[in-house]
Amino acid sequence: MEIGYPLLSTLIFLPIFGGLLMLLIGRNQEGVVKWAALFFSTLNLVLSLPLFSEFDKSTYMMQFVERKPWIPDWGIEYYVGVDGISVLFVLLSTLITVLCVLISWNSIKTKVKEFYVALLLIEGAMIGVFCSLDFFLFYIFWEAMLIPMYLMIGVWGGPRRVYAAIKFFLYTLVGSVLMLVGIVVLYLKAGTFNILDLSQASLPLNLQMWLFWAFFAAFAVKVPMFPVHTWLPDAHTEAPTAGSVVLAAILIKMGAYGFLRFSLPLFPEAAKAMAPVMIGLSVVAIIYGGLVCFAQTDLKRLIAYSSVSHMGFVTLGIFALNPQGMEGGILYMINHGIVTGALFLCVGIVYDRTHSREIADYGGLASVMPVYAGFFMLFTLASIGLPGLNGFVSEFLVILGGFKAKKLAGVLAATGIIIGAGYMLWLYQRVFFTGVNDNIARIEPMGLREALPLLLLSVFVFWIGVHPDTFLGFMHESVNHLLEGVNYGASDTMMAVKGLTGGY
Amino acid sequence: MNEINVSMLAPLLPEVIMASAGILVLLVELVARRKETAGLLSIAAVAVAAYYVPHSFGKSFGGMFVSDGYSAFFKFIFFINLILTVLLSMRYLVIEKSNHGEYYSLVVFSTLGMMLMASAGDLIVLYLGLELMALSSYVLAGFIRHDARSSEAAVKYFLLGAFSSALLLYGITLVYGLTGTTDVSLIGAAVVEKGLSTPLFLSVVFLMAAFGFKTALAPFHMWAPDVYEGAPTSVTAFMSVGPKAAAFAAFGRVFLTGFGSLSTDWTGILVVLSILTMAVGNILAIQQDNIKRMLAYSSVAHAGYAVLGIIVGGAEGLAAMMNYLFIYGFMNLGAFAVVIMLRSEGVRGESLEDYKGLAKTHPFAAAVMLVFMFSLTGIPPTAGFIGKFYLFKAVVGAGYAWLAVVTVIFSAISAYFYLRVVMYMYMLEPEGEAVTLSLSPSLGLALLITTLVVILIGVYPSPLLSFARLAAG
Repeated sequence: MEIGYPLLSTLIFLPIFGGLLMLLIGRNQEGVVKWAALFFSTLNLVLSLPLFSEFDKSTYMMQFVERKPWIPDWGIEYYVGVDGISVLFVLLSTLITVLCVLISWNSIKTKVKEFYVALLLIEGAMIGVFCSLDFFLFYIFWEAMLIPMYLMIGVWGGPRRVYAAIKFFLYTLVGSVLMLVGIVVLYLKAGTFNILDLSQASLPLNLQMWLFWAFFAAFAVKVPMFPVHTWLPDAHTEAPTAGSVVLAAILIKMGAYGFLRFSLPLFPEAAKAMAPVMIGLSVVAIIYGGLVCFAQTDLKRLIAYSSVSHMGFVTLGIFALNPQGMEGGILYMINHGIVTGALFLCVGIVYDRTHSREIADYGGLASVMPVYAGFFMLFTLASIGLPGLNGFVSEFLVILGGFKAKKLAGVLAATGIIIGAGYMLWLYQRVFFTGVNDNIARIEPMGLREALPLLLLSVFVFWIGVHPDTFLGFMHESVNHLLEGVNYGASDTMMAVKGLTGGY
Repeated sequence: MNEINVSMLAPLLPEVIMASAGILVLLVELVARRKETAGLLSIAAVAVAAYYVPHSFGKSFGGMFVSDGYSAFFKFIFFINLILTVLLSMRYLVIEKSNHGEYYSLVVFSTLGMMLMASAGDLIVLYLGLELMALSSYVLAGFIRHDARSSEAAVKYFLLGAFSSALLLYGITLVYGLTGTTDVSLIGAAVVEKGLSTPLFLSVVFLMAAFGFKTALAPFHMWAPDVYEGAPTSVTAFMSVGPKAAAFAAFGRVFLTGFGSLSTDWTGILVVLSILTMAVGNILAIQQDNIKRMLAYSSVAHAGYAVLGIIVGGAEGLAAMMNYLFIYGFMNLGAFAVVIMLRSEGVRGESLEDYKGLAKTHPFAAAVMLVFMFSLTGIPPTAGFIGKFYLFKAVVGAGYAWLAVVTVIFSAISAYFYLRVVMYMYMLEPEGEAVTLSLSPSLGLALLITTLVVILIGVYPSPLLSFARLAAG
């Protein structure tokens, strides 16, 4: 699909330049800053809509492509485009950023200008990550995002924000630099940074293994997969609401996206050989993440650990290496972005009023904020996977895919759903029912500015739940193409692989 | 050969200009009422010399002096170093009550020494250049006469510098005895012919130790933290870029031209030194509370990265090293510019504590420092990332993928202490009286240049990469 103007570049650089432009606004004009941030993020959302309407679902080819030489000395290009795997993430990013601006309106009180600048820079870098088709460009966006995200957690976060921020930064950086070495090795072997060309190169299995693990270091930390997930509860918990939402809804998706975009097409044999390990780690994350949720006393921390469990479903779906699992995994990411994003927004709304994240400080909230309780219920049910809501579709697909790949994995993942229902409903009960806690007896009800983001997200909860094909339709071609590549590339060396792993 | 005429000076034109400028600055200083005139004069001299650098390629004095792309690239690093240092120094010297014009003259002479080192085709010229550079730097380190720390730094620097000079001389003597020449390319030919012998290996080790001292590679780095902390901050900035780059220039030429055929014998040692340097620099920097000392250890660590270029060797390795040193010059001088800005009457501004809440009191200074800290860490889209990426590419290309992994791990460790500065500035509240910034137009200009270049190279590195690749031959 071609369109008359550089759509993706606009989406990437409008927030970046808009954010930098906002630096010029005077110190005391916080109102101007907020409206400017809302303007830029909303404009970007509106501009991203052609991706939804004009996208050609009948092809796996990259669309909205832009290609310009950038650093000719190293053969690096400015090369962007989207396919069925990445397009929804771009849309999710533009949507979530607007909601983040809205939700931060009154809760960010210090260094207001810098906050919104950081938010817009993150948006630009995130979209850049999902659109890049050149490895160097991808890495620039991937790493550059760490800077505003580090500041967002560390400056506007909770009491242990400094610790959480540096932990987040170091974990991700160590993973990323190993990937960097992998990128350089790939470049020297294949002579290009072009991702599409690289996926045509057939690399020896031994090298594929090394590179798979180098990339795994970066993506597994970002997802985060068990056992490198420990930065996530700290970062999610300490970040300001907008930071948690961005982290949960989009940033951690970049890791799973990395598996889909790079690990599978570039190292198909290694991916296939390592699939049992990945499935194993995913199942551990599903169950372990879920069980840990029962022990949490902090609202945000509980939702953060539930993300570990949910992302386990995502990686399970991806490494099931069949269409159901993979489409389920991608849709799961979108759903998780919507639902967990919404849950963090919900927590932010009450946190602004009570400044407490302790579950024990709540109770009986349903009688104080009834509308809010309704929204929270909806997102809780979506998170559990109630049929008719979005979570159900993706969970069903992932478990189906997982079952086809390895029966035990499907069975264990299904118990993860039961665990999920347990901790989410128990959380709901403790916060919204029982006697009204004195702390919250007199807090004000939810305003329109706060309700609007939740309303918007609930539209998607129902839409995806009732008619998932609107979204799955984007993926079919790209997912099939990807799986063909993996299975075709892997078939001729499958014997060797079986020898290596003892078969599975 | 024996006839000496004026035309032989043609390749030395930039050096002649600098030498004349050094003397002229001394004279002007006597009559000028404002000492800054001397500084401006030295910048003007650099501009003229820089103009003649590309027009003066050639060999002179029977190959003792070589002006080629390689030396030209380094000379531009030295010029940038000089210009930025002068811009940093103007107000700072007044605050330190040491505003004497000789300062600028010494900076010029030191730069002249570096230029000779970069162009040295003969070990004797190399030694002359090195001594000219070093002697000027010793005086500069002790330039604040009334400050005991400055004098202590100068003495330490002098003693250890003299020691390393002795090592260098000893190495040169051995090489001369074994090959019968001090000409680097003739040494190369003789080494190929005679092959490795124990005395020759010994001389290589001596030379390596001497260059190790000058570039502050571990375990020869001991002087660096003390000297960098004690010396006037502007001089620290100057020393951490120029003399280091000059030593790398000579290191590269002597080892790759002179002992290139023995590279399999000495790269192993250099790999160990490089890893040790990265480890010492990055790990010890973590516990520093004085920012100058922290930057000193960081400078040690960066030498560990840059030396990877010599390990890789060839045009690609040298280009990666040169590119790195160029970028390092800008980001390090920029960081020191911020450190100098915090120094005002009665406030030393060197402790990390002084950076608490800087983002609140002086958002501009904090933002600029943020850029330099991320660039020193090597996070895109800053120049520091481009520099490191080129090195990794060269290292992996030479078959040292494991060394690249070690390097990136240390570079991730370095994030901890660079980000600590960011953390102090952005995540802690200011305590007590807010620091006052001593921002002068010249310092502002230096900050503007360094920040812009660090970001510009970060997003559009092509011109620099081509230049480095061309210069490396």
